[in-house]
Amino acid sequence: MDSLAPGLQPGSTTARTVSRQTVASVHDVTKTYFMGELAVQVLHGISIDFYQGDYISIMGPSGCGKSTLMNILGCLDQPTSGSYFLGDKDTSQMNDNELSAIRGARLGFIFQSYNLIPQLTVLENIELPLFYQGHPEQHSRRIATELAARVGLGDRLHHRPFELSGGQQQRVAIARALSNDPLIILADEPTGNLDSKSGAEILKLFDELHQQGKTLIMVTHSDELAERSQRQIRLRDGRVESDDRLS
Amino acid sequence: MTDSVNHATAASVLQRLTVHLRPVYWTRLRKTAEVGIKSIHAHGLRSLLTVLGIVIGVAAVISMLAVSEGASFEAQQQFRALGSNNIIVKSVKPASLEASGGSNMRPQAISYGLTYEDILTIQQTIPGISNVIPSRIIKKDVRHLGRDISTDVVGTTVDYPISRNYSLRSGRFFSADEMLAQRNVAVISDEVASALFPMTDPLGESIRIDGNYYNIVGVMEPEAYSNLGRSQAGSSNAAPTRIFIPLSAARYRFGETLVRQATSGVEMETVELHEAIIQVEDQTQVEAVGQIIEQILERRHRRVDYAVEVPLALIRQAEESALRDQIVAGAIAGISLLVGGIGIMNIMLASVTERTREIGIRRALGARKKDIVQQFLIEAVILSGVGGLIGVVIGILIPVIISLFWGMTTIVTITAPLLAFSISALIGVVFGIYPSIRAANMDPVEALRHA
Repeated sequence: MDSLAPGLQPGSTTARTVSRQTVASVHDVTKTYFMGELAVQVLHGISIDFYQGDYISIMGPSGCGKSTLMNILGCLDQPTSGSYFLGDKDTSQMNDNELSAIRGARLGFIFQSYNLIPQLTVLENIELPLFYQGHPEQHSRRIATELAARVGLGDRLHHRPFELSGGQQQRVAIARALSNDPLIILADEPTGNLDSKSGAEILKLFDELHQQGKTLIMVTHSDELAERSQRQIRLRDGRVESDDRLS
Repeated sequence: MTDSVNHATAASVLQRLTVHLRPVYWTRLRKTAEVGIKSIHAHGLRSLLTVLGIVIGVAAVISMLAVSEGASFEAQQQFRALGSNNIIVKSVKPASLEASGGSNMRPQAISYGLTYEDILTIQQTIPGISNVIPSRIIKKDVRHLGRDISTDVVGTTVDYPISRNYSLRSGRFFSADEMLAQRNVAVISDEVASALFPMTDPLGESIRIDGNYYNIVGVMEPEAYSNLGRSQAGSSNAAPTRIFIPLSAARYRFGETLVRQATSGVEMETVELHEAIIQVEDQTQVEAVGQIIEQILERRHRRVDYAVEVPLALIRQAEESALRDQIVAGAIAGISLLVGGIGIMNIMLASVTERTREIGIRRALGARKKDIVQQFLIEAVILSGVGGLIGVVIGILIPVIISLFWGMTTIVTITAPLLAFSISALIGVVFGIYPSIRAANMDPVEALRHA
């Protein structure tokens, strides 16, 4: 936490050479849900530092708190206690507006079920984070077009999600996650709904992003997927069971 | 997180919206509107049914106002034709005379109505009267060659056409000299002209009334509001057909006593004057003068054998009744727009539930609560606005159809469609606020988990 790096340039292609800079860190995070009188503690004090360029897989059995941790990392939820720094900002005291702003500015989301907006075209979906960031229209359009080409959908710009295959939809989602040049990309079972061929393509894209120095955090059940990451974190009963660096 | 942070309130939403209406946000507003139109379009039939309430409400208001405006305009036109500076005093046969005449089977000699002295008194005591035009109106058979017509013969003075804004189609009105000389000259109404002289020019021809011949010197324009006599005036000048002769000639030829063969026997009716038009110089004084005339006549007559009509007061009444119509139209509008608004709220709530996941996605991608509120509010306004627009079009068409098929005067003012449309848009805002806030206050995590 003391090694926070304000003014990071995520996505810079020289990231590999950069020494271990923290892009995000959770410190002693707990989460307790209240169901009426009943208090259920899901996270029991989790502390993890995430470094620039990390390719992390978070694993663990159902109910271990993976999703809760992901929600907190995604600023969709807030810890009951502890702190979560995203870049130089402590998010644990933020109000709803600030959380929305930081999600839009510093986070990219990739979901198991793609979560594209059906009424919008490929381009419009990719532009969406930029739209809420208030970017000028032409600028957004240029970025979205570039990203669509980068994920191999340069010829599908004006298609709607239902006109695309699952793999293509997930690639749109990846392009969308990249559009705001986020500090970290959060992926929740990104290949869970895909056949193996499409899944492999997505993983290949992840490898490329890793090469480019993006910071990826992926929740997965699959050992095969986890093998490709460079750091594996295992959760059990709301605690970090292991945190192994593979390469 | 406290509740105050977590929940967008209506007040803060409105406050933020006003901040939002800067040109910087124009593109965003436009894109949000595009998304709104897309999702409305995605549920075409449902959206159409939703806005039906608004459509009917707006259309009903505009057409109702148009009809009432038209009726009021027509009524006012009619009263204006009587002259807004005029007061019309009429002789009225009292009800008591009518009754006794029926029960007794012997000759009756009755006498009632306005006298020359009444008129003189009015003219001399009330200041501000510019002119008094007395008339005697007698029903007669008028003949020319083989044709005849039963019509009102009006013995009056030379100022009659001016006082009623009633102009000549051809020829001239009789002159003061002819009046003095009790000459047998006549000016006939357009209706009489077409009845007696269907082929020829009546000017210079003569007509016969009782035993006397009258030389036709002029023909009046057709009266624009000839049905006026029927609805407003008493029996004496009910017929739209009229012949005007000098008052002096009328007195000389017909006398003041009318002998009539009634069912109960012979009836002798003496009336000095049937009608007098009293012109007031200053329009603001018309109603006051009317009251004074009423008082004078009340003092001079034992019975109420007269009637005082003030067209200006009638115009005012017409205006008041138009206002009443407008209030009724407004109330109906209010109710139907309320119903329409509830329809919109209903559909917006359904839409919010259906699109829970979309809301979650947008929130995850950085949409603030106000962005979500804005999105759904814009959709609601588009819905009601489109409904309002369709309503305006129908509301303008209906009066046109009414005028075309039933010949009623209808007037669509500019304000009615404008007002109805802006109210319908406002309805969208009012009834869109709750669903929008509900959408914005969804927990993003829950929303994303929604199937």
